[in-house]
Amino acid sequence: MNEKDIKNLEEIFEQRIARDEKIEPKDWMPEKYRQTHIRQISQHAHSEIVGMLPEGNWITRAPTLRRKVALLAKVQDEAGHGLYLYSATETLGITREELYEQLHSGKAKYSSIFNYPAITWADMGAIGWLVDGAAIINQVALCTTSFGPYARAMVRICKEESFHQRQGFEILLTLCNGTEVQKAMAQDSLNRWWWPSLMMFGPPDAESTHTEQSMKWKLKRKSNDDLRQQFIDQTIPQAEILGIKVPDPDLKWNEKRKSYDFGEIDWEEFWQVVKGHGPCNKERINARIDAWEKGVWVRDAALAYAEKQSDKKLNKAV
Amino acid sequence: MKNKNLYNYILGIADNSLILGQRLGELCGHGPNLETDIALTNISLDLLGQTRNYYQYIARLHDKEKTEDDIAFLRSEREYINVLLVEQPNTHFGFVMARQFFYDVFHLMLMEKLQESKDETLSAIAKKAIKEVSYHFRFSSDWVKRLGDGTKESHYKMQEAVDELWRFTDEFFHLTEADKAMIEAGIGVDVSNFKEAYYIKVSEILTEATLSIGASKYFQKGGKQGIHSEHMGFILTELQYMQRTYPNMKW
Amino acid sequence: MKKNWPLWEVFVRSKNGLEHRHFGSLHASDEKMALENARDVYTRRNEGVSIWVVKSIHITATNPKNNGELFEPAKDKIYRHPTFYKLPDELKHM
Repeated sequence: MNEKDIKNLEEIFEQRIARDEKIEPKDWMPEKYRQTHIRQISQHAHSEIVGMLPEGNWITRAPTLRRKVALLAKVQDEAGHGLYLYSATETLGITREELYEQLHSGKAKYSSIFNYPAITWADMGAIGWLVDGAAIINQVALCTTSFGPYARAMVRICKEESFHQRQGFEILLTLCNGTEVQKAMAQDSLNRWWWPSLMMFGPPDAESTHTEQSMKWKLKRKSNDDLRQQFIDQTIPQAEILGIKVPDPDLKWNEKRKSYDFGEIDWEEFWQVVKGHGPCNKERINARIDAWEKGVWVRDAALAYAEKQSDKKLNKAV
Repeated sequence: MKNKNLYNYILGIADNSLILGQRLGELCGHGPNLETDIALTNISLDLLGQTRNYYQYIARLHDKEKTEDDIAFLRSEREYINVLLVEQPNTHFGFVMARQFFYDVFHLMLMEKLQESKDETLSAIAKKAIKEVSYHFRFSSDWVKRLGDGTKESHYKMQEAVDELWRFTDEFFHLTEADKAMIEAGIGVDVSNFKEAYYIKVSEILTEATLSIGASKYFQKGGKQGIHSEHMGFILTELQYMQRTYPNMKW
Repeated sequence: MKKNWPLWEVFVRSKNGLEHRHFGSLHASDEKMALENARDVYTRRNEGVSIWVVKSIHITATNPKNNGELFEPAKDKIYRHPTFYKLPDELKHM
């Protein structure tokens, strides 16, 4: 194909997306579209499975049986969502194993929020309420993204995740209606998770790269700052219902904007965590590598067994 | 208590589900791959669901008002009466599958008979559980075959797990005083009646998996009397952490 | 290269009377495991009564490059649709 042909194809491609047509895996697509999607969808998948770890570590310590099964089901859903997203990435011509390799080597990124430690039971509430709450805002927008398999995975994920945030909020609500110790636990948890949750929407628009391209491809429907504002505006009234205070002295309702003004985010901390130096980056990746490496003999065995079985079948047929 | 034997009989079954469910819960997020991780969590959820059904039922037998959580979280170590097998650690995936398999074969046979219990609640729980347990059995026995008849390494590891855990299988068939009283009353299942069938079934699958049957004739017991392995204390430390650290609170 | 569990496509019938629909994909070493994994992954919320799995490599698909010759020609055969035929309004149930 010469350059002019490609240019032509690209134009037709961009027009299809502008018309809200979906792009399917076997369709022609610009190489950059493919690469960007592999990066973003796998990053999303990695976030799901690394996200299992901070909550997974509380399954054995959940305070009641009802909480235990709910938390187990929630963490299991995250495995499912990781699986749907890896599958969507695989349609672009890369294997799950290659994607794991990128995660384990540190080449691929995942949401920074999971590099913070979950140290009290209240953190199970805060993660569900804030982290899932922030994730849902991003994910709902992605249900209409241009790449078919990604959009379909997002629709399924959004449907399943509807209980996650409620689960978290209910945990906190119970604490806030409980003893002083429990209330303090809830407040402490909000103090620690609030700012990292705001960072989940990514750097401020002025510093955000490839936003324009992502908007065009509908990988992004609103800017980072717009989504962050939306999250804050919907979360503050919820904190009021709980009766706990967001740790931001500059937070104030702005009547003119009909939105909350809020304080400065510590972007230095954000970049430190993104670059691999958050409180738990090493632990998270090591846990993933450990699970994967300890599973080698199991996966090999299953394959060897399958081969033996199909050989047996063949021999019988002959 | 109105019916101490009934209480203890059901507690014995329920504690097995609780502790095995707890052990499997440790693995969530650490399985050999995503699909297997999800499957193991499903089994854990089934077991914990059954546990809740049993505990909710026997909580009503208490004189004082008790909840499922009181029973699950607020007993001392000697008051848990699960068999030793289910508290054994997740040493490696072979151990997880061997433990599951040995338990599932027993659990399935128990549920089949428990459906016929004169106690309607118990029979209803068993009827619901049997569908779940049938699936567990299918899942674990398939994996025993895959690992036993997979690679050289997996065969070795699976055999290691079978040999280690074999000594805990006999305890299933020990009858406690509560067991005997409930069998007498037509409520409990006389598990000694299917002991032979149990070992036949286990041997059949192990043989298909090219594994040799546990050689040891020396078996371990004690769990049913509340005399556990050293692992149990650590399991309870995690299980009870919240309830013990913050007593008398709602979660 | 190291061998990995093959990819399977999963089709689920949500309830009797409906067709099997493509739900997604997963990895499994053999067909039995593929069915079990499909059950555990895709029917956690009671979404199905029947599951089909097929190795992804066994699916033969049309190439979108040929969509013109494959699918365009059907577009102008409007006489295959009932609305092509003009009938009086008084005529009911046809």
